[in-house]
Amino acid sequence: MELIIDGLRKAIEMILTGDREILEITWLTLRVCFMAILISSLIGLPLGMLLGLTRFKGRKVILVFINIGMGLPPVVAGLWITMLLWRSGPLGHLQLLYSPTAIVMAQVLVSLPIVTGLTSSAFQQINDKMLLQIKALGATKIQTIAILLKQTKIAIVAAIMAGFGRVIAEVGAAMMVGGNIQGDTRILTTSIVMEVSKGNFDVALAISFILLSVALLITAALTLLQQRKRLS
Amino acid sequence: MLKNRFFATLFVFMLLFLVACGNKVTDQADAKERKKATELILATTTSTQDSGLLDVLLPIFEDENNVKVKTIAVGTGQALEMGTKGEADVLLVHAPKSEEELVTSGDAVNRKRVMYNDFILVGPKDNPAGVSGEDINAAFQKITEVKANFVTRGDDSGTHKKELGIWTAVNIEPTGETYISTGQGMGASLQIANEKNGYILTDRATWLAQEKNLTNLQIVVEGGKDLMNIYHVMQVNPKKHDMVNSTDAEKFVEFMIDSETQDVIESFGKEDYGQSLFFKYTE
Repeated sequence: MELIIDGLRKAIEMILTGDREILEITWLTLRVCFMAILISSLIGLPLGMLLGLTRFKGRKVILVFINIGMGLPPVVAGLWITMLLWRSGPLGHLQLLYSPTAIVMAQVLVSLPIVTGLTSSAFQQINDKMLLQIKALGATKIQTIAILLKQTKIAIVAAIMAGFGRVIAEVGAAMMVGGNIQGDTRILTTSIVMEVSKGNFDVALAISFILLSVALLITAALTLLQQRKRLS
Repeated sequence: MLKNRFFATLFVFMLLFLVACGNKVTDQADAKERKKATELILATTTSTQDSGLLDVLLPIFEDENNVKVKTIAVGTGQALEMGTKGEADVLLVHAPKSEEELVTSGDAVNRKRVMYNDFILVGPKDNPAGVSGEDINAAFQKITEVKANFVTRGDDSGTHKKELGIWTAVNIEPTGETYISTGQGMGASLQIANEKNGYILTDRATWLAQEKNLTNLQIVVEGGKDLMNIYHVMQVNPKKHDMVNSTDAEKFVEFMIDSETQDVIESFGKEDYGQSLFFKYTE
């Protein structure tokens, strides 16, 4: 109990005194996670829409793989990306291993299936009759997509939140491909692991409070966005 | 109203882009200022990093040479493997026999001795095996006899290899429920020993740094000559792997054996723990 209060106190101390290193680590965590979820959304939303609305040969197979991807253990993703980015690996010449870019790659790999899969589920649930009605009213393709996005907004934001939840929690892969290098690839989650292994439980708890707060703020904002009443 | 929502979403997306791109801009600005610092990948062990020694040494080296050192702290086994594969530029490890194999195979060159500290055996406060003194071999035998819990790193690290060497010396193969293999670093393994009332071989530096959390453990055996823990630094052979940064690696080796650096090494920890954590030991 005392330990938890210590941790909380230390967290507040870190934020108030503007502990330089914690700020750096938090900022890097945000940058990496936002970049990853941005990429996953930019690719995943259109892809999910496509898979949800159209019918083509092999579609079911792709859906199976996307759903499998949702359960892809991040540490496995980390291992594959490490082997890809090794100097002796196919992308070794890019020298991306142990950089924030590598962490973003691993995070995109695990969050993209989540965003795609949930988006496609949302679009598959759209009533066929509604699609017909929209067509009957003479909507262009773009107008159709705009209307459908408004209708599925709740599910789409949920998909993005699920993806974000996955990337903010990332530790195993981030450790492997990032290397937890001070000032470079050290993020909140890998810092917690390091502080625990050093025996600094109060610092680890403090960092975990900061991580939870960050996740809370962002998820709260997204939820508010999700729940705003439709006007049309 | 619709306009508001549109602008709000646009604003959020702009923020995301700014955040994502802002990183690149500051990196480039920094890089131009520093006249493009080169990068050096240092594979070392968790014990060197956890002790805090590198946090003191590396900034000195980085400033003097305009190099960014990327420290990858893993078990010695992985560090040596990274050397063999050319994934690192320079190694700082403490497993002399395994290092010698790397030199023979031509994967490591310019190997220089840097520093030492010692291993100690710590155990539960109630000391069920009743071990003490200097003789580590006798201690290992006694622990096996009374079937007390013994915690091992089990991760191919320098400490693990040292421990295995002792088991070999006393001709015992440790097995059974009382031989607890953690597969993790020294800190985590010490915590497990603390919880499970186990004996564990550790380096003194990590012990001193973590002692305050390990309320159930105490030092039981220390001081024997065969408990020396010797660290070497070596370059990954650039002839075998062409992507290796050998220029900075060579500078790093020179830096570690330089007398000024050696002084910093030996004075490290004196303030916090009243004793040196590492001792000078060049050839």
